[in-house]
Amino acid sequence: MNLRKYLKVYKKFLHTSLASELEYKTNILVDLITAILSLVGSIFLLSIFFQNSGYIGGWKFEEALIIQAIYTILNGITNTWFNPNLTEIVKHIREGTLDFVLLKPIDSQFFISLKKINPSGFLEIMLGFLLLFFSIRINQINLNFSFLTLSLITISCSICILYSLWFFISTTTIWFVKTWNAIEVLRSFLYIGRFPLNSFSFSLRIFFSIFIPIAFITTIPSEVFLGLSALWKILLEVIVATVFLITSRKFWLFAIKFYSSASS
Amino acid sequence: MLEYRVEIALWAISGIIPFFMLNIWTNNNLNESINISDTLLSRYFLSAFFVRQFSVVWVVFSFEEDSIMGKVSPYLIQPLNPFFRYFAQHLAEQITRFPFALIIAFFFFIFNPESIWIPNLGILLLSIVSTFLSFLIQFLIQSVVACLCFWTEKASSIERLLFIPTLFLSGLLAPVVSFPSYVKSWIYLTPFPYLIDFPANLLSGNETNISGGLIMQILWIFILFPLFKKIWSEGTKKYTAMGS
Repeated sequence: MNLRKYLKVYKKFLHTSLASELEYKTNILVDLITAILSLVGSIFLLSIFFQNSGYIGGWKFEEALIIQAIYTILNGITNTWFNPNLTEIVKHIREGTLDFVLLKPIDSQFFISLKKINPSGFLEIMLGFLLLFFSIRINQINLNFSFLTLSLITISCSICILYSLWFFISTTTIWFVKTWNAIEVLRSFLYIGRFPLNSFSFSLRIFFSIFIPIAFITTIPSEVFLGLSALWKILLEVIVATVFLITSRKFWLFAIKFYSSASS
Repeated sequence: MLEYRVEIALWAISGIIPFFMLNIWTNNNLNESINISDTLLSRYFLSAFFVRQFSVVWVVFSFEEDSIMGKVSPYLIQPLNPFFRYFAQHLAEQITRFPFALIIAFFFFIFNPESIWIPNLGILLLSIVSTFLSFLIQFLIQSVVACLCFWTEKASSIERLLFIPTLFLSGLLAPVVSFPSYVKSWIYLTPFPYLIDFPANLLSGNETNISGGLIMQILWIFILFPLFKKIWSEGTKKYTAMGS
């Protein structure tokens, strides 16, 4: 069975990378403190925005906390899976070790996207969930079945979009060799996901929903939590996520045709 | 450095967070409550962008890589402290970054023509000096952290931890005047507001205590430099080359 083979391989990936990461135990502790401070810092920034005004872009402080929670969860996922793996692509290409990946009897995208794991990101994901439950309480949201499915769908779509963005940028390394800085650009744009889309001016709103769909990543799932989201927005998010996933896959297959190893 | 034009351009673009913050401030009229006009606030954030561009430091990451790859050993034999090498690299990259920063400023003025201003020569010189001092403070802090590489292999995670207060307290995302008073009461004793907020206020013509700010910057350098020398001499005693 193909799927069973991939599951088995993934178990091995998990095992090896967890073993190597746990060698640096103090590192994990430092990363935990970093995640907590960063959450405290962004709530502090939000409180500055709200100290003299009740609404930002039509969102109350308690509602904006939901966005913050979803951002923290997604950032945790990025730090656990996307960041350690996709920065590895840059290394593979620069040092020519991508050859070994391409030769393996397994899908290269699968290998490259899931090989490593960074356990300290889990703590950030948990922090995000804590804040999410807290903000569900203070916003008095009723949990019911349809709401849970919708929020699951939108959050998984956000993860897909986020993954595709990361993967897309890392793939361009095949041509540009050094893309650390492109990754920095992506990071700084993603930072916008901490704030409701409506708090930006019209032109930036258009930019963040069409060119870099950051709007879809945090704002739409948060609107689902508040019961504000229209069905067409959710459908649109599903479509965008599918398009992104398929394009990033196609782009990878296209890009490896241009891969010409290093120093050989 | 000129070989990597694209990277430096991208690096300059990645610093545009202050402009997004400006957009939130002005779009929601949040600046009315802190008595700063739209124009002055946009000048502040543009100056913050410039100060950030010319005070970014990444010495921890270079040093960690060199230390793990065992490149530090040959540097140590040389009669020059290896941190001079990184210092020169930083300065060279700042110079190459200048034209890109100007281009971004040009686009900023196209969208915000009312915020164009020309600071007088004295202020301009003072803000260049204070930006350089801010760069020195950050360089020293990071060098101290980088020396921790001698004890632990991954000093960059400590740097990421220190980056969080720098990000939120330095004035890059919100001017320090807008902070609630329970933060303002102690923040001016820390080095953070002198990293971005003070030089940016100076350059943009916002109200600030010029002599007090410069004195605090110099004071922090005088505290950090001996600390760096101490930790460097301790660390090199402790040093055992990787892979040997």
